[in-house]
Amino acid sequence: MVMTPEVLTLSETPWLFTGVMLGKIIVAFVGTLLIVAYATYAERKIIGRMQTRMGPNMTGPKGLLQPIADGLKLFFKEDIIPSQAHYLAFILAPMMILAPAFISIAVIPFGGDLHFTYDGTLYEVPLQITDLNIGVLFIVAMAGLGVYGIVLAGLASNSKYSLLGGIRSTAQMISYELAAGLSIVAIFMLSETLSMRGIVQAQQLPIWGIESLSFLPNWYIFTQPLAFGLFVIGSMAEINRTPFDLPEAETELVSGFCTEYSAMKYALFFMAEYANMITVSAIAATLFLGGWGGPFFGWINFLIKVFAFMFFFIWIRATFPRLRYDQLMFLGWKVLLPLSLANIVITGIAILLW
Amino acid sequence: MLDIYLPILIVIGIAFAFAIVSVSLSRLIGVKKPSAVKLAPYECGMPIIGSAQERFSIKFYIIAMLFILFDIEAVFLYPWAVMFKRLGIFGFMEMGVFIIILLVGFIYVWKKGALEWE
Repeated sequence: MVMTPEVLTLSETPWLFTGVMLGKIIVAFVGTLLIVAYATYAERKIIGRMQTRMGPNMTGPKGLLQPIADGLKLFFKEDIIPSQAHYLAFILAPMMILAPAFISIAVIPFGGDLHFTYDGTLYEVPLQITDLNIGVLFIVAMAGLGVYGIVLAGLASNSKYSLLGGIRSTAQMISYELAAGLSIVAIFMLSETLSMRGIVQAQQLPIWGIESLSFLPNWYIFTQPLAFGLFVIGSMAEINRTPFDLPEAETELVSGFCTEYSAMKYALFFMAEYANMITVSAIAATLFLGGWGGPFFGWINFLIKVFAFMFFFIWIRATFPRLRYDQLMFLGWKVLLPLSLANIVITGIAILLW
Repeated sequence: MLDIYLPILIVIGIAFAFAIVSVSLSRLIGVKKPSAVKLAPYECGMPIIGSAQERFSIKFYIIAMLFILFDIEAVFLYPWAVMFKRLGIFGFMEMGVFIIILLVGFIYVWKKGALEWE
């Protein structure tokens, strides 16, 4: 006898629902924290190798305990709050940056469905904390919230470098948020849903609806290559990765908006940066590379794609020099924005003519 | 409804709790040896000149205003894109008019030089 799997609901199976939900949250949260910690290690190691250095190799076997040592060190450092700073805003700013970065993981599908039997009933558990029907909009909103933290850090520090870094960063982030946000509109025209899970499922259908081509993956990177490029560039600028790391431009602004920060507050900025990198990689993998679809078991495919993106971001950092500010604004407003609008129109015409 | 949004509320709670706990713990544990020089804003070791609450370039305001205009466009485009195949040619034309009106403004701003940074 084949049983149709049931979906857990809060009203019918409250305890099981709560247990599974908490389990998923803990797995996703601890997983993200671990990836954040080891992304710092991977970044230093990979960039070290690319510059023919060793990278960290003293703390533990092959330097594997380096992230833990760094974390502990920052934990025990003196927490300085400058006398001219706005006390509350200064403390609030790093939290305002870190929290949205972690909240975004709530809607990212990291695997297919998990089936298990409990008390004679077959249940189906989607490997995603929650399948919001406006998932992508939620992520865009959270990315927007991250800007507040940076503005707050810049203004609250009451230091010239922080102010310049904060203002620059805001202008950069809102400019590229626009380009990245508009570039993915073409995806929704094809998928007809804003749910992250729905978009992955739409990519499991045969390519262009032709059954004989079903051996090819119908990933949106093939149907929307321009949108993919725009999204990757836009989101790289939005999370302030090199070559768009002007807010932190060490050579001119000391350290930008986090100049005055120390100890754990400083660590939060960096955790947020890496958490954002994970989120962006996960979104790119979900929207353009078919999420958990692929040759291996669900979540392994997803992790491979996310790590590939993160390696790509690190590689870019080791390769490209930083842009000048006028070049940055030129690229954002005069190249990426018109291109993403044109992409929407072209996609619209193509769908109507098909 | 609660099935979908309860996990998000919990994640928001955990994310803020994590940030608050780590900051306040490090504040409790860390060394505290403040001095007047240490608490001064960083200015490359020089005595501080003037205030940090300076005026800054007007360009940033223009960028912020342009952002609001185009972000509203994005807000309209998202639901439109989801319904696109069902709206058909009518929906495409309607949104085309909307985008063209915004584009005219964008070209004007471009020609006026608001996006130039010297």
